[in-house]
Amino acid sequence: MDRHRPRLTGRLLIWGLAVVVPLAFLGVFFALPVGTLVLRGLVTDGALDLSGFGEVLGRPRTWRIIGLTLGQAAAATALAVVLGVPGAHLMYRRSFRGRGALRAFVIVPFVLPTVVVGVAFRSVLSDSGPLGFLGWDGTLAAIVAALVFFNYAVVVRTVGAFWSELDPRPEQAARSLGASPWRAFVGVTLPALTPAIASAAAIVFLFCATAFGVVLVLGGTRYGTVETEIWVQTTQFLDLRAAAVLSIVQMVVLAVALTAAGRARTRRERALQMVAPERLVRPAPLVLRGRGRSWGDVGAVAVTGAVVVLLLALPLATVLVRSVRTPSGWGLGNYVALGTTGGPNTLSVTVWDAAVTSLRIALDATVIAVVVGGLVALVASRRPRSAGLRRSVRLLDAMFMLPLGVSAVTVGFGFLVALHRPLGLDLDLRSSPLLIPVAQAVVATPLVVRTVLPVLRAIDSRLHEAAAVLGASPGRVLAAVDWPIAARSLGLALGLAFAVSLGEFGATSFLARPERPTLPVVIFRLIGRPGAENLGMALAASVLLGLITAGVMALAERVRPGAAGGL
Amino acid sequence: MTARVPAAAGVPVTAGLAVRDVVVHYRDDDGTTATAVDGLSLDVAHGEVVALLGPSGSGKSSLLRAVAGLEPLSAGTVRWDGADLAGVPVHRRGFGLMFQDGQLFPHRDVAGNVAFGLEMSGVDRERRRVEVGRLLELVGLHGFERRAVATLSGGERQRVALARSLAPRPRLLLLDEPLSALDRALRERLAGEVRAALTATGTTALFVTHDHDEAFAVADRIAVMDAGKLLQVAEPRELWQRPVSRRVAEFLGYEAFVDVGALAGQVVAADGCAVVGLGPGSVRRAADGPLTGTVVAAGFRRGVTEVEVDVAGVGVVTVVEPSSTHAADVPEPGTTVRLRVDPGAVAQLPG
Repeated sequence: MDRHRPRLTGRLLIWGLAVVVPLAFLGVFFALPVGTLVLRGLVTDGALDLSGFGEVLGRPRTWRIIGLTLGQAAAATALAVVLGVPGAHLMYRRSFRGRGALRAFVIVPFVLPTVVVGVAFRSVLSDSGPLGFLGWDGTLAAIVAALVFFNYAVVVRTVGAFWSELDPRPEQAARSLGASPWRAFVGVTLPALTPAIASAAAIVFLFCATAFGVVLVLGGTRYGTVETEIWVQTTQFLDLRAAAVLSIVQMVVLAVALTAAGRARTRRERALQMVAPERLVRPAPLVLRGRGRSWGDVGAVAVTGAVVVLLLALPLATVLVRSVRTPSGWGLGNYVALGTTGGPNTLSVTVWDAAVTSLRIALDATVIAVVVGGLVALVASRRPRSAGLRRSVRLLDAMFMLPLGVSAVTVGFGFLVALHRPLGLDLDLRSSPLLIPVAQAVVATPLVVRTVLPVLRAIDSRLHEAAAVLGASPGRVLAAVDWPIAARSLGLALGLAFAVSLGEFGATSFLARPERPTLPVVIFRLIGRPGAENLGMALAASVLLGLITAGVMALAERVRPGAAGGL
Repeated sequence: MTARVPAAAGVPVTAGLAVRDVVVHYRDDDGTTATAVDGLSLDVAHGEVVALLGPSGSGKSSLLRAVAGLEPLSAGTVRWDGADLAGVPVHRRGFGLMFQDGQLFPHRDVAGNVAFGLEMSGVDRERRRVEVGRLLELVGLHGFERRAVATLSGGERQRVALARSLAPRPRLLLLDEPLSALDRALRERLAGEVRAALTATGTTALFVTHDHDEAFAVADRIAVMDAGKLLQVAEPRELWQRPVSRRVAEFLGYEAFVDVGALAGQVVAADGCAVVGLGPGSVRRAADGPLTGTVVAAGFRRGVTEVEVDVAGVGVVTVVEPSSTHAADVPEPGTTVRLRVDPGAVAQLPG
């Protein structure tokens, strides 16, 4: 027995580190800044003071903003669900040529930088754009459309993945009992899908309610969210107290949405335990003509076709086309201009310099997010024997979802407030070159955890046992079983973290120093300036940023380190 | 009850596996605990194949997992060649475990699965290749090295799982219902093949099953387990003919029990036999048989006709006969038939 004790101590040390490192990261770079900000809203001169709340909540402007936030998030969520469910049916329950390509295309908007999406929708809806006749430029409809553009893929993928594993036999039973296809869908399949739909809707609502870049670009001064309002109060009115109060209000709203999402997810995981055998859930071929035609499929194709062409492809194509239109005709002039600093007083660096800055920051942020998120996923995927430890593991998992519920703007703002002399230490972290990567990593870590954790959790614990009885030590079980299986999702996690970091605008807009802006900051600055040259440059820079992001994601999908097994 | 269970006390060193007074508690997710194994003792000698036979929920798998080191002991000891295994982690026990559903590594091909244990013990690549080939040959999967495990049928998966568990030459191989997930015909064929593979490799094995045909096909000795305790450990023939209790006899399929006196002249009772157990095949139809019974039901099974007869003073017993092409050979329900006991096909119980 004694012989094994040192080994046990070593293992405790390693697991201890795997818990402490992420917790320290979360504590210093999330809890501390956000907590400081909350205190700033609640405490004046060392005493609890809630008068800030009364004052800020007494302003009609605040209520208009809260109403707008909830209204546009609710509208966009409802639309994303209504459009996304037929898409999920088509892309996950039917097979047809080009299905893989369609699924890949649909995910593109989700990883596009928000500023790029803002620019894209503006160019589609502007008076000279292809949909200019709608008169939606600068309206709430434009914002909602852009939010749906972003989140359509969330609904399709969440609901679709669930649907593809749903046992089709209850629906077949309903059909054999005389229900029409529509009745069987509404009465049997739709209720079964509810947990997945609720879970997707909560996440979409969350993303929409914290939207920043898109709203800032499309909403101008008339429309905003709590998120943009925090930015406005801080950078334009210099009212830090109002900003802090708004941050707290936002956290409360999001906590409610996240709790609902968590409930739905628990129910969904419970429901997932009864997954049908593989052969039963093979998608049926899509038949649109002749005797086997299903009107449901025809409807799904029509809805999805309209969404893909009008909502997804058109804005992307418009940006691309307009980026090669210069005041003097068609040409690559806008791309040539990326090597300049734009018109007088527009930029302090060239767009290429900003692109290099963005890539460097994204690389650092990705490394941080994947290390921290990977450790959290690893720890959270363990199933310890003791009930207390199991509860602690669940708590760790939940804690790392918190950054999803707190806006990036709040994080960035909190960094500014808290990291000057943090914890009374005489150092100013605000000038550290790692500041922006760390802030972006805080935003990206929950996504890394959410990508890797389900894969690790899905590994049957008996697979670990099988490896152990074949002579694998706990460390080698991790290396030979967990790692090769999780590595498949690690590529996706890397890509997501990189894409999030590249496009991150909320926190970065607070933290980027004028002489080292990132690409989204530069694009935002360019579209804020008058002149066709600046807009042309912004479009070209958006294409550049979009291409880099799409390229990184495409690359990430191919990265499967260590997946090869064998002798 | 425990008369035939090897006694624990006073044995200095037992070669092979020695399980002594083991208690295993099973903790549910809701925090309640149940006793899965209740003070059980069992020996498995070198090269011996012992089947652990019992109904579902009798604690067989818990015992197996405790021996493997996957489940903590609440009391008792597990020893190998006299050395206590307490505190020895799973991967250092040198025991193999084969799961009911194989648990093949999905990210490795067939060869990668079979080679896993060899890799863990540091066997070089060339020897691994040779060993994998030899083992796949042994389980009848010659040339399957590069196949993805997802493309295998249920039976093929279990053969790969068997080859994988045999590859590192475990001191003891634990098999947890390895054939239960397969269909009947395949199960019967594979049971014979598993026996052949175990004998060919001289592997010591503890084989858990709830199917007594499987236990009889595979094991040198059978340990009957119920509610966490051992009821009897015996060689197949002895177990079949001399079950120690009605519970064991019923589990083996015996249907009716009569005082030995009631069958005087038909059954030669051994010492200590007080009750005779009758099961399918124990009774035959005979025109001059001393027993009479009424046919309750008759039906075809695979290759045989089974006639359920309510025998006067005994109870319902199944008569098994070769199936006949003449429907008239099968008695109608309600018919009275005369019967004779086959003295070699009954169980003799102590009472």
